[in-house]
Amino acid sequence: MTMIEAIRDAHVVAMERDGKVVVFGEDVGYFGGVFRCTQGLQEGFGKDRCFDSPINEAGIVGTAIGMATYGLRPCVEIQFADYVYPAYDQIVSEAARIRHRSAGDFTCPITIRMPTGGGIFGGQTHSQSPEALFTHVSGLKVVVPSNPYDAKGLLIAAIEDDNPVVFLEPKRLYNGPFDGHHDRPVTPWSKHPLGEVPAGHYTVPLGKAVVRREGSAVTVLAYGTMVYVAEAAAQESGIDAEVIDLRTLHPLDLDTIVASVKKTGRCVIVHEATLTSGFGAELAALVQEHCFYHLEAPIRRIAGWDTPYPHAQEWTYFPGPARLAAALVEVMES
Amino acid sequence: MADTVPLRLNVPEPEVRPGGKPDFSRVSIPKAGSVDRPPVDVAPEAIRDMAWSIIRVMNRKGEAVGPWAGTLTPEETLSGLRDMMRVRAFDKRMLMAQRQGKTSFYMQCLGEEAIACAFRKAMSDGDMNFPTYRQQGLLIAGGYPMVDMMNQIFSNTKDPIKGRQLPVMYSSKAHGFFTISGNLATQFVQAVGWAMASAISRDTRIAAAWIGDGSTAESDFHAGLVFASTYKAPVVLNIVNNQWAISTFQGIARGGSGTFAARGHGFGIPSLRVDGNDYLAVHAVAKWAIERARSNLGPVLIEYVTYRAAAHSTSDDPSAYRPKEESDAWPLGDPVERLKNHLVAIGAWSPERHAQAEAEIDAEVLAAQKQAEANGTLHSGPKASPRDIFEDVYDVMPPNLRRQRQEAGF
Repeated sequence: MTMIEAIRDAHVVAMERDGKVVVFGEDVGYFGGVFRCTQGLQEGFGKDRCFDSPINEAGIVGTAIGMATYGLRPCVEIQFADYVYPAYDQIVSEAARIRHRSAGDFTCPITIRMPTGGGIFGGQTHSQSPEALFTHVSGLKVVVPSNPYDAKGLLIAAIEDDNPVVFLEPKRLYNGPFDGHHDRPVTPWSKHPLGEVPAGHYTVPLGKAVVRREGSAVTVLAYGTMVYVAEAAAQESGIDAEVIDLRTLHPLDLDTIVASVKKTGRCVIVHEATLTSGFGAELAALVQEHCFYHLEAPIRRIAGWDTPYPHAQEWTYFPGPARLAAALVEVMES
Repeated sequence: MADTVPLRLNVPEPEVRPGGKPDFSRVSIPKAGSVDRPPVDVAPEAIRDMAWSIIRVMNRKGEAVGPWAGTLTPEETLSGLRDMMRVRAFDKRMLMAQRQGKTSFYMQCLGEEAIACAFRKAMSDGDMNFPTYRQQGLLIAGGYPMVDMMNQIFSNTKDPIKGRQLPVMYSSKAHGFFTISGNLATQFVQAVGWAMASAISRDTRIAAAWIGDGSTAESDFHAGLVFASTYKAPVVLNIVNNQWAISTFQGIARGGSGTFAARGHGFGIPSLRVDGNDYLAVHAVAKWAIERARSNLGPVLIEYVTYRAAAHSTSDDPSAYRPKEESDAWPLGDPVERLKNHLVAIGAWSPERHAQAEAEIDAEVLAAQKQAEANGTLHSGPKASPRDIFEDVYDVMPPNLRRQRQEAGF
């Protein structure tokens, strides 16, 4: 099953189990979404459970908040993460704070899905990774799946969660896995172990990371598309790196990170988003605070350059296996 | 091109600034009783003129006249007068409490009491308001305990929202009062979503959105209108036009729209304009709009024409931007005085009974204040617990907050 099919299946499972789950957004109704993640939902559940919205992200999130405070459980799609900014106030000042500011009188269980990241020649308005804008906000949970199995289980968990969840779907991984190289054929999800998605209901708990590759030399903290870059870099550099797929950025599974770094004594962080004030800065600070006396080398961050996301130069911008492998070598030598 | 003249920017200005003579001649006021009352299922395009008029019920003699009159019995009307008097007395005492340093901030609704008080009486249990900071009348007219409002204002140990919010940012789901944000206009589109949820759930409840004239310029207002229009959401969209957004006169937000009610026309939303200082007119229009929304006929937009008689908040001094006498010159009068005069005119009230009611209400408010102050004020007595700031960020406290709470010493 592809990640798109897994996300679609998660919707079906969540909507079948709970009549309060409603799904809407731009092009998500009749057409089923520009990436087809909601295909068939309107037909299957009716127009008042899945419908098209006006092109107004503040309106999508604002009405979803109203619905959630009524008692529904909306799961809305922002067509690209790059389009979420008009809804930022509704997410940051409203969804994230309604429980706290009303002392639990009102709650806001919404899931805000959005395709994120690059690797599809989307240029600067279809490639951004804005996760740090959300991890900085208390009251939100932030999730980034890296494969179909997790995507389904995490999305069901997000919809069932009683807090607002920002759910960032790496669009490069939608239709097929990624081995870190854009110019080589890859194993399709249908032949990939993490493309095996069970039918029916299951969840992957929010706030739990997973070790994707066990290793002893250095810990690589990654999420989304970068998990595959990390695996490729480990293999190509020959360095026995332990690759941790964070899966949920907030709440963060610090225990898994700390246990690994204490074991390896080294840490490299990789993300697609721009470097400065990126989520890697938070990770580096936490590793320093919790593992300082176990560190044998400075923590390194490999990230997107601090520029707007380019079009033709995409694969120069994208932090690929070669950059990460060089960092691994450097960290091992220091 | 030789005949091209340079462009010029248009920056609207109010007619008068401090030192000038107040002038409301631009406010065209139709006679009480002169605006038709259409059936609630009227087509929006058939009543476009209502966005340009003002529905009024009470005439200068205090008589209730015309097709919008008669929605309330004299007893209900008297109860409405008492609600407004309570709001006014409450505001007065809380303003004083702020001046005495018992809280950080306060916002009155002086001159606008009729709007929230009368609207609330047209609603049913289970309906939900998405208010701004100037709809305390919804709570008081809805029977919410004044002492709980004061507990919130004082951020004390009995504050229902545990000292987390600025004074007057109340929240009461049980009383149909959505948690106030303080960020302007965000609630407007949320109300539409709540109403959509009611329709999705095949419920019978309706929502009421509230916004001020200035905040209609926000994108969320327009988002609210388009979603309400598209999905025919059961929501009443209330614009309280009190002429001033802090120091900015209403013309800056209104632009070329003529009236705020006319904003609804582009969305096919029936849009009414009502005398906001006329309790009976507000009630009648609210009842009409709520009945329409509850009948699955979609949203209604209402502009309440009123005047913010006091400062925006305790942090504001309006003499810096408008004439001091402007409030007295406001042609729609004072809502409390007008309803009192009506009740006297119909023989249901007298100046003596009014004075007696004022004294009773003052005593009621004072008693509530004493009770609230026993729970502490912002700067003295018991306090909201600092430990509580870490609660309710999530349903279950995540590890980072547990660590921080420990670090903070709680």
